[in-house]
Amino acid sequence: MAKFFAVTIIVIAIASAIPILRHTWVAPEDISTHGALIDDQMSETMAEAGISFLAAQFVLAIFIWQFSNPRPDAKIKNFPGGAKGLVIAAFVLVGAEVLALGIFGAKAWADVYFTPPTASAMPVQVQAGQFAFYFRYPGPDGTFGPIHPELINEGTQNFYGLDTDHDADSKDDIVTAEMAIPVNKEIHLLMHSKDLGHSFYVRELRVQQDFVPGLDVSLHFTATKVGKYEIVCTQLCGLGHYNMKAYLEVMSQEDFDSWLKKEQAMQ
Amino acid sequence: MHDMSAHAVQHHQPTTFIRKHVFSLDHKVIGKQYYALALLAALIGMVLSWMMRIHLGWTNAAIPGLQLLSKNGAPGGVMTPEYYLQLMTMHGTIMVFFVLTTAPFAAFGNYFLPIQVGAEDMPFPHFNMMSFWVTFVGFWVLIAAFFVGDGPSLGGWTQYAPLSAVGPVAGPGEGMGVILWATSIALFCVGQLLGALNFIPTTLDLRAKGMSMMRLPLSAWGWFITSCMGLTAFAVLMPACILLILDHVAGTSFFVPSNLVINDQLQPHSGGSTLLWQHLFWFFGHPEVYIAIVPGMGIVSHVLIANMRKPMLSHRVLIYSMGALAVLSYMVYGHHMFVSGMNPFSSLAFSFPTLAITIPSTIIVLIWTFSLYGSKLRINSASLFALGFISMFVAGGVSGFFLAQPSIDIMLHATYFVVGHFHMVMGVAAMFGIFSGTYFWFPKMTGRMMNETLGTIHFVISFIGTYCIFMPFHYLGMAGNVRRYSAFVADYLQPLIPVHRFITVAALITGAGQLIFLYNLIHTRFWGAPATDNPWEGTSLEWSTPTTPPPHNNFGDHLPVVYHDPYQYGVKSSTGDYVMQASQEQVATVNEEK
Repeated sequence: MAKFFAVTIIVIAIASAIPILRHTWVAPEDISTHGALIDDQMSETMAEAGISFLAAQFVLAIFIWQFSNPRPDAKIKNFPGGAKGLVIAAFVLVGAEVLALGIFGAKAWADVYFTPPTASAMPVQVQAGQFAFYFRYPGPDGTFGPIHPELINEGTQNFYGLDTDHDADSKDDIVTAEMAIPVNKEIHLLMHSKDLGHSFYVRELRVQQDFVPGLDVSLHFTATKVGKYEIVCTQLCGLGHYNMKAYLEVMSQEDFDSWLKKEQAMQ
Repeated sequence: MHDMSAHAVQHHQPTTFIRKHVFSLDHKVIGKQYYALALLAALIGMVLSWMMRIHLGWTNAAIPGLQLLSKNGAPGGVMTPEYYLQLMTMHGTIMVFFVLTTAPFAAFGNYFLPIQVGAEDMPFPHFNMMSFWVTFVGFWVLIAAFFVGDGPSLGGWTQYAPLSAVGPVAGPGEGMGVILWATSIALFCVGQLLGALNFIPTTLDLRAKGMSMMRLPLSAWGWFITSCMGLTAFAVLMPACILLILDHVAGTSFFVPSNLVINDQLQPHSGGSTLLWQHLFWFFGHPEVYIAIVPGMGIVSHVLIANMRKPMLSHRVLIYSMGALAVLSYMVYGHHMFVSGMNPFSSLAFSFPTLAITIPSTIIVLIWTFSLYGSKLRINSASLFALGFISMFVAGGVSGFFLAQPSIDIMLHATYFVVGHFHMVMGVAAMFGIFSGTYFWFPKMTGRMMNETLGTIHFVISFIGTYCIFMPFHYLGMAGNVRRYSAFVADYLQPLIPVHRFITVAALITGAGQLIFLYNLIHTRFWGAPATDNPWEGTSLEWSTPTTPPPHNNFGDHLPVVYHDPYQYGVKSSTGDYVMQASQEQVATVNEEK
C-alpha cells in the first residue's frame, strides 16, 4: 500500500502540473498597459509555487516509499542537520522568496492603485444595480449631473436618477447599457453602486474592483487593443448574479466618436 | 503542573439515561455528542454539494426529490438560480462552522484534551454541557431556514452587507433566512466561547503531576492554541451577528449606508458602512481558517509520531510554529478584501504578513516530512490520512502564494481559484485530520477497531477524488471562472462547462466513497473487533487509562503522574520500542529535547 500511495502522489503531482505547463487554461491575452506587470508576477509566483509543490510532494512520496514497513531490526535515524537546518532553510529560502514576491507584487499593485489618473483621462461612470451595469458619459460639458436616488426608476429608464429638467449638468449626460472606449486612451472609471455590493471584472483588462454601496471608488486604465470583451459581476448580489454582465467595446477614436454621437441622439 | 483536578471537577457518575447520554457533564460524552453532530452536519453538507455540483454540470437537470425540500426553489426537481445560492450558503455555513470547527476542535478536543493532560474532566462541566447544547440548538436554527418563508439566505457563508442587511427586498431568504443564519451563528459563537473557556484552564491548570507544558502531546497543543484563537475570534463574530440581526428587526443601519435604491424603492436606512461587516467578519474569518486546521495539525502530528515510531525532529519548533500561525492569523485578514474598496495602502500592509505566514507553515511541513526520514513508518488508515493531510496542505497552501499578493488577486479574487485553495487547505486537509483522528482514536472511544481494509479503500477514493475535484478548480479560476454563479452564461465561461462536468462526476464518486466510512463507523461501533487498551503502542496518557473506553473519571482511583516527554519512541524498554508518559520505567531517552 505504501508504494502504491507513493506512486499515486507522484502521478498526481505530475498530472496537476501538466495543464499549467501546457497553458491549457489561462487568462486571455492582456489588453491593458498595466497588465504586463501582473502577468509577470503571476508567472513568477507560478514558478515558485510550482517548484515548491512538486518538491514537497516528491520528497513526501520518496520518504513514504523508503521508510514504510521496514525490517523489525531497522534502526531509527534522524535527518542529518535535524530541525535547525530545516528552520534556517525555511527562513532563508521561503523568506527570500516571499520578500521578493512581496516587493515586486507591491510594485505591480502600486502601478494600478497608487498613481492618480492623468488630467487628460476620459471619465466614464459605471453604475451597478441588481442585475445590470449602466454607463454614463458626461457629454460636451465634461461634467456629470448629480444623482437623485429618489428619482431612479427603471420603468421610465431613468437608471441614474437624473433630473434633466432642473440640473443643467445632467442635460447632456449620455447613459448606455454597453461600455465603449477609445483604444489607447486612459479611462477614469468612476464606480457607483445603486443598491448592493457588486464588482467590475474584465479579464482582458486585468481589472477587478468591487463597488462599495455608499462609497464611490474609482479606477483608471488604458486599453491597448480593439475588440469586444465581457464585463461580469464577481460580487454575489442576489439571484441574478450569474447573469449580470455587459460588454466593453474598445474602438478606434473615430469609431468611438461616432458611437457616442449616435448614443447622444438616442437619449 | 497543578494537582487540583480532583477537587475542581469531580462530579459523580450519572445513573439516569438522560444524565448519562443526553445532558451529560462528562467531557467524553460531550465529545462524542459533538462528533455525532459534526457527522450529521457533514452528511447534510455533502449532499448539498452533490446537488450543487449536478446543477453546475447540467443546469437544467431534475434532481429527483429536490422538489420535496422546496417546491418553489426546485420546481420539478430543477434548481432555480436563487435556490442554488441558498443551498450554497447552507453548504458553506454547515461545513465551516458545524463540521470543520466542531469535529477536530470541539469533538476530539473535548474527548481527549482532559485525558491527555491527565485530568478527570474539564474545570466547568456545566459550561461544557451548555457549550454543546447551545451549538446543537444553533445547528437546528440554521436548518430551520429550509422550512420557513422563502428558504435559507442566498448571501453565501460570508453574508456580505448590504445584501444580508436590507431584508427581503434583496431577494429570497434575505429576510427570515438571514435572521435565522445570524441567530444560529451567534449561538454557535456562544458555544465555542464556552468551550474555549474550558479548554484553556484545562490545559493550564489541570495538568497531572509531572506534565509540564512541553510534555503535552502536540494534539493537546493544537487544541490549546485553537481555544485561544476561538476566544478572541468568536467574540468578534457574535456581536457582528447581533448587529446584523438589529439591522433587520430594530431599524438600525450598522451595515447599510444611505440612498440605496432596490427595486426602485429608496431604502429607509442611513449612515451604515458595508465595509464594517467585512472587517468584523474577516477578523473572525481568517483566524477561523486556523481554528479549523490547527487541531488537525496537532492530530496529524500525534498520529504520525505513533506510526513513525520516533518523535518529530523538533517538538518545540512545531509548537512555536503553530503559535506563530495563530498570532499571524489576526494580521492577515485584509487579504480577503484587496479589491473590496478598502484603502489600497492597507492591502500592502495585509499582504506582507500573509506572505510571512508561509514561513511557519513551511517549517511545519518540513518538520513533518523530514521526520519521516529514518522512521519505521507503519501504514494504516490513520497514518494514510495523516500523510494525505500533508500532501493536501501543501497543495492548498502553495496557492496561497498567489492570493497573498494584491496584484495577482485582481485576477483571481472571487474565482474558483479561491474556492480550490480554501477547500484543499482548510476543508479537505481538516477533513483528513478528522478521518485520521477517527481511525486512530476510535478504538479508545468505543473499545472496537475500525476495519482497516475499508479504511484503506476510503482513503484511496478520498485522496485521488479530492485532487480530481479541487485541482481543476484552480485551473478554472486561472481562466477567470467566477465563483457563486448558478450557471455559466457569459460567453467565455461556456467552454469551461466540460471541466465542471468532470468535477461533478469526481465529486459524486468521492462523496460515495465517504459512505464507506460511514458504514465502517456504524458497523464497527456495534460489531467491530474488540480493541486492546493500547492498540497502536502509543505513549500519551489516553493509552494509560485503566479501561477502554476510559471510565467516568478517566483514570480510576489515581490520577496519573507523568515521568516522560510525550513521544518516547525508538527506545528500548520492557514494553518494546516505546515508554509511556506515565511509566516509571527509566530508559535511555535519546529524544529528550533540550
